[in-house]
Amino acid sequence: MTAGLSCRAGAGLPLLEVEHLTMRFGGLLAVEDLSFMAYADEITAVIGPNGAGKTTVFNCLTGFYKPSAGRLAIRVGAETLLLERMHGFRIARDAKIARTFQNIRLFAGMTVLENLVVAQHNALMSASVFSLAGLFGLPRFRAAERAAIDRARYWLDRLGLSERADAPASALPYGAQRRLEIGRALCTGPRLLCLDEPAAGLNPRESAELNELLLAIRAEERVAILLIEHDMSVVMGISDHIVVLDYGRKIADGSPAEVRADANVVRAYLGEEEDEAPVPLAAAPCLPRQ
Amino acid sequence: MAALPGAAATGAVRTGSPISMLFKEAVVAAAVAALLALPLIGLETYDVSNGGLGIRTRFGWVVVAAATAFVGRPLLTLAARLRRARVPGGASLPGRAASWASAHRTAITAIGVGAAVALPFAPFASRYLVDLATTVLIYVMLGWGLNVVVGLAGLLDLGYVAFYAVGAYAFALLAQNLGFTFWQALPLSGLTAACFGIVLGFPVLRLRGDYLAIVTLGFGEIIRIVLLNWSPVTGGPNGIADIPRPSFFGLPFARVAPGGGLTFNSFFGIDYDPEHRVVFLYFVILAMALATNWFTLRLRRLPIGRAWEALREDEIACRALGINPTTVKLSAFATGAMLGGFAGCFFATRQGFISPESFTFMESAIILAIVVLGGMGSQLGVVLAAILLVTLPEFGRQFAEFRMLVFGAAMVAIMVWRPRGLLSYRVPTLRFSAAREPRS
Repeated sequence: MTAGLSCRAGAGLPLLEVEHLTMRFGGLLAVEDLSFMAYADEITAVIGPNGAGKTTVFNCLTGFYKPSAGRLAIRVGAETLLLERMHGFRIARDAKIARTFQNIRLFAGMTVLENLVVAQHNALMSASVFSLAGLFGLPRFRAAERAAIDRARYWLDRLGLSERADAPASALPYGAQRRLEIGRALCTGPRLLCLDEPAAGLNPRESAELNELLLAIRAEERVAILLIEHDMSVVMGISDHIVVLDYGRKIADGSPAEVRADANVVRAYLGEEEDEAPVPLAAAPCLPRQ
Repeated sequence: MAALPGAAATGAVRTGSPISMLFKEAVVAAAVAALLALPLIGLETYDVSNGGLGIRTRFGWVVVAAATAFVGRPLLTLAARLRRARVPGGASLPGRAASWASAHRTAITAIGVGAAVALPFAPFASRYLVDLATTVLIYVMLGWGLNVVVGLAGLLDLGYVAFYAVGAYAFALLAQNLGFTFWQALPLSGLTAACFGIVLGFPVLRLRGDYLAIVTLGFGEIIRIVLLNWSPVTGGPNGIADIPRPSFFGLPFARVAPGGGLTFNSFFGIDYDPEHRVVFLYFVILAMALATNWFTLRLRRLPIGRAWEALREDEIACRALGINPTTVKLSAFATGAMLGGFAGCFFATRQGFISPESFTFMESAIILAIVVLGGMGSQLGVVLAAILLVTLPEFGRQFAEFRMLVFGAAMVAIMVWRPRGLLSYRVPTLRFSAAREPRS
């Protein structure tokens, strides 16, 4: 369970394959020989104590870091793209991976609606033909713009942000900013959505709503979700598959029930227990936040 | 002085009606002012012939001081009270002016354009005024061009004058060597400047903020120094003279056409007047500035414009959304440079003579000051700031050496009073309600 690739029966081909990913910063080994898979239509959670290297994995996947070693492959249609060879913006554009950030990164001065339309930049840009069709308002561009606004409106309704659509993104309350960032990522039309601590700073009711939202996204949009989260109610409630990291290494990989029972995981989170029975993970929901 | 009993307890006497309270405050202030002014202003020493000092009284000035305090004190109180009352609403006076201006944009634009068109025909119009207005419009156009780079894309460019110079020299050289006219050279000047914008853009792609500012500052100086030293081509410090003037659809503004053909005045059957050309130049730059405005406002509402603004807000988030920061930045540099090049081309044809001295760092600083004072990204603010910055030194001419001092003080005052610029407001490029209407 602890090493190698876990092969899952009946799940088809994996969407994302991470093989032997290693990320070194000078003398620091942030991620070491990490391999896991994420399947389409599944929610995969990456958990681990602070400093375990979860966000580093995300940054490697989305092109913000160049991995020191390893192979990151994603299937888009019939093709397999190797992420470690792509520029950051191409990963979002061609490999269709969208992400959110641990510390929310919205376009603060722009309105909520504009944030969602900017996310559809590439489709709109090709419709505007180097801005010429857009400059003269050709019907082709107008239709593309209308489609983009409709898509933005759909997500505004879905995320309950329609009332604040014309407000600057920075004026939204914290929970709404988190939702908007997820909506913005979804507006790019991704196959894989990487969420970096989407429940951080949310109250229990908002976390529960987030769970429902993520389950609905998986079911309706057919988007695979890769999730970093410390909030165990979210992780255990919605994940199909959990990868546990500690000090840059994978220590467990499996279904929530399997991971919860794993002795290594319990040790990593709660420390060594001498003679007592291992405490199940569900009993420790309040893990330290970054 | 019967009202004075309240003086000892001004702090406590808050129960009376506002008017009587204000009156009491005024009387107290006047009394204090009179007391202070009596020795300070009321008595003046003067030399007495045998080396001693005599004392003169100046009670008139004491009265003036007391009167000033009497009027000023209630005014201050009222102003403070007004400010306090406004806090719940949040907006200060200039803030309200900005929101008022944003609410009445169309009306202000219409009035402004109308006034600009009518200006040369106004009874008070003179050649000097039209010339000054032309200069203002050049700076307005430069400000709008730089606004694309600084205001929208958030790339601090301290060398914008380089593109202005490239546009001007492109036209001057094309005219001198290949016999191009203004209208033929105008698009080429813009294109040349845009190419230089891309050339500058490439090495600075990774830079932001201060670092970018320093590199662009250097770029501006490089262009100027090349122009100064590349004498065989640019004429060095002597510049290029005899740059052709623009024609009115092929009709030159001259007393006698060089080839003996028609001139503007002979075609229309009017007397020759050198002011025709001045007015014509004014309308050319007005049209160019308005076209620039239309162009940048239009671009702002296009995906590229939104990408510029997104880049200004957060470059990392842009990359995560699949926006290529390289093309977005280069397009901002190229667009801004192109507009600067157009303005430069006009500058060359208007002056008839250009030299590197017209393209010093001071120009870059003034253009940037126009954008920053006007309020980043605000088109109307740029117009206001350009009018202010160009006419202020003109009106200050009689103060000679003090005018730059006044100019600097005015800029400091604006920055203290409105740190985000005269009119800083952002109009959303899309509105949810407007987007919804056609469907429901």
